[in-house]
Amino acid sequence: MSVKTHQYEVVIVGAGGAGLMAALYASKKASTAVISKLYPSRSHTGAAQGGISAALGNIEEDRPEWHTYDTVKGSDYLGDQDAIEFMCNKAPELVYELEHMGLPFDRTPEGRIMQRPFGGHTNNETGKPVHRACHAADRTGHMILQTLYQQCIKNDVTFFDEFQVLDLIMVNGKASGVVAIEIATGDLHVFHAKAVILATGGWGRVWEITSNAYAYTGDGPAMVLRKGLPVQDMEFFQFHPTGIYKLGILITEGVRGEGGVLINDKGERFMEKYAPHVKDLASRDVVSRAMYIEMKEGRGINGQRYLYLDVRPETVNKYAKIDGRTNPDGTPYQTTAEEILHKLPDIIDFCKTYLGVDPVKEPMPVQPTAHYAMGGIPTNVKTEVLADENGRVVPGLYAAGETACVSVHGANRLGTNSLLDIVVFGKEAGTHAAEYAAGAEFAPLPADAADFARAQLNAILNSKGSERVADIAAEMKHEMMDKVGVFRTEEGIQEALNKIRELKERFQHIHIDDHGRTFNTDLLTAWELSNLLDVAEVTAASALARKESRGAHARDDFPKRDDQNWMKHTLAWRRDGEIELRYKPVVLTKYEPKERVY
Amino acid sequence: MQVTLKILRYNPETDAQPHYERYTLDAEPTDRILDVLEKIKGHEDGTLTFRRSCAHGVCGSCAMRIDGRNRLACKTLLQTLDTSKEITVEPILGLPRVKDLVVDMTTFFDNYKKVLPYFINDEPLPEDGRERLQSPEERERFDDTTKCILCAACTTACPTFWADNSYVGPSAIVNAHRFIFDSRDRAAADRLKILAGESGVFRCRTAFNCTDACPREIKITKAIAEVKRAIITGRLD
Repeated sequence: MSVKTHQYEVVIVGAGGAGLMAALYASKKASTAVISKLYPSRSHTGAAQGGISAALGNIEEDRPEWHTYDTVKGSDYLGDQDAIEFMCNKAPELVYELEHMGLPFDRTPEGRIMQRPFGGHTNNETGKPVHRACHAADRTGHMILQTLYQQCIKNDVTFFDEFQVLDLIMVNGKASGVVAIEIATGDLHVFHAKAVILATGGWGRVWEITSNAYAYTGDGPAMVLRKGLPVQDMEFFQFHPTGIYKLGILITEGVRGEGGVLINDKGERFMEKYAPHVKDLASRDVVSRAMYIEMKEGRGINGQRYLYLDVRPETVNKYAKIDGRTNPDGTPYQTTAEEILHKLPDIIDFCKTYLGVDPVKEPMPVQPTAHYAMGGIPTNVKTEVLADENGRVVPGLYAAGETACVSVHGANRLGTNSLLDIVVFGKEAGTHAAEYAAGAEFAPLPADAADFARAQLNAILNSKGSERVADIAAEMKHEMMDKVGVFRTEEGIQEALNKIRELKERFQHIHIDDHGRTFNTDLLTAWELSNLLDVAEVTAASALARKESRGAHARDDFPKRDDQNWMKHTLAWRRDGEIELRYKPVVLTKYEPKERVY
Repeated sequence: MQVTLKILRYNPETDAQPHYERYTLDAEPTDRILDVLEKIKGHEDGTLTFRRSCAHGVCGSCAMRIDGRNRLACKTLLQTLDTSKEITVEPILGLPRVKDLVVDMTTFFDNYKKVLPYFINDEPLPEDGRERLQSPEERERFDDTTKCILCAACTTACPTFWADNSYVGPSAIVNAHRFIFDSRDRAAADRLKILAGESGVFRCRTAFNCTDACPREIKITKAIAEVKRAIITGRLD
């Protein structure tokens, strides 16, 4: 394979919301290239639906301090409070910035940005749900992705579309570029850089039922682990309560924000048992666990592994009356099929297409679906990647968005905080990387810069076994769903870990069919599976060690949160084929840990 | 049930011409064409090449010709097709073939970029730093065209585009419409000038293929007509 070399001061890997926001800011001050395995508009940010949170107070009183507290509480006190406060205080400014870029938010009658309630977001004085999620119908992520891509075109940002980054180039401990394969030609490219920003998204494809795109294969964390750097809090992976049964396709929490309720086989609105105050709008970890308990106790619909999400107007109106829900002007909240259709057009389209169900006439069959990585590449608030538990920075390396762990989501992310995270920390990453690049030199590239990337591909191309990538992937997904999912036990996690290690061994004996150069997705799917296996292994190892229940990590054998021993972040390294775990304290400012009640 | 897919295959490294290959396998009526393609790739023939990502109709990667009509593979369920016969799967037309179902999207995105597909308003921001105001009615005016996911199903269903791909095509016009009718934007005149030109809206022959092809159910022909009318009347109502 021939190698082409490029030089940019800042190289950004990934073109979702975080990558594009970073690109807009980095390119103001530094020569910048965005390298993405997908066309930018294909990125998974576009699948986000319900909204982006900011305490604008356009519908009712709201404050950034309340947003901060809700996020700390939602994180089950594992989020770093300085970072959370930073993000929530920045939220209004960033949402206005998106609007100034042209983002078509829905509007209030006064012409301001429309907001809706979302799980875990409350008025801290009354404890009632607050309208904090700024939205554009149920395609807010699509609008953010499109708007940022449009602005990148306007600002002439340089893109390398459909280039898969395979390796990070480190010179004397500094990030000095990346190696990528041009998917269309199979050529390798070395991108020599002063600073690298990783914005590669998540890894929901580790699990069988997932809302995540095929592209979500944990490329960023896997590359970082291979360079001897740690990943953080990998045991915390969010299962969104409402995925379409069997398919996992996301049904936004905005459905419940608009008054939809979860119903079991007995016709009960069961969330009032588990979260008496905010009921269906409790945090996602709480709702997903409640659903598992309902199904385990035989109250799944027809005894099956699903429940109903009901947004029929008669149901919404019935429970709005019971809850005493009111409009901002104090009148009772009532809705119609037409209003629901207008607020949730994509959800209705998904249900009609995939289920043949019209949600304004029939309830939707849903089950929890693997959705979001709270953990990831450890960074500080400036998005600088951290090398150890003492906060030592890796010079020139930045990470932002789902692939990063700042940590603003701790053990459980609140809905709408992911879109906020990508714009706030995408901007920080672009700004700080460009500043760093202005004061840095290009490190001399080693002659063998592309060798490790090439060796990874050749190992797959030359592998002469009989194992198929699709079989290994299916076994991994099933095992992780079963044993490292919503509820976990020591025995189950250990079995999963053993299984992942067996699958990693079998991966050494795969056989792929395509040995060509042009658009070889057989090769790249295999490489992505190697990333998923690495990520699954650290996830299971981190989960096995954490002997408590916190946020999305729920252990049947340790059902309580244990602040005495476990209010700390996990850092995991791969060393000589083993996982090494170390820990660092959570940053606390003014919020003392309390029991979490919704 | 058993289903047979007849897929147009082409590998530039080994094939002088594209050819069809047939795959017969077990499937469920609720399987998507994408699920079937994944099964073939995973278990029968790893060389089969196609793009995909989100798998639920929002990323726009998997536009292809399914039984002669442009569709997203991830939004086309077997039960909506006539599975008693072979299902034909081919790449979208009018763009150069790269391999199997993958085409070169460069021209498509170049056409998109020609219509200034980004918000333009250099006037001062509100002094309080908050949002520019827009009424719900003004917002509704361009709602339909904000749904576009740039999948190219419409443009590559257009006979005019097949004949001459310097025509910007329906997708680019949809994206221009999204800004032309946004009350906050200030560059409608520039976009209308571009679209009044020889590669613009008047090349449209109203074949309606675009509207049929759109997986987002955007009323594309209507949007094109509104742009034409704005050019002719000089008014944005």
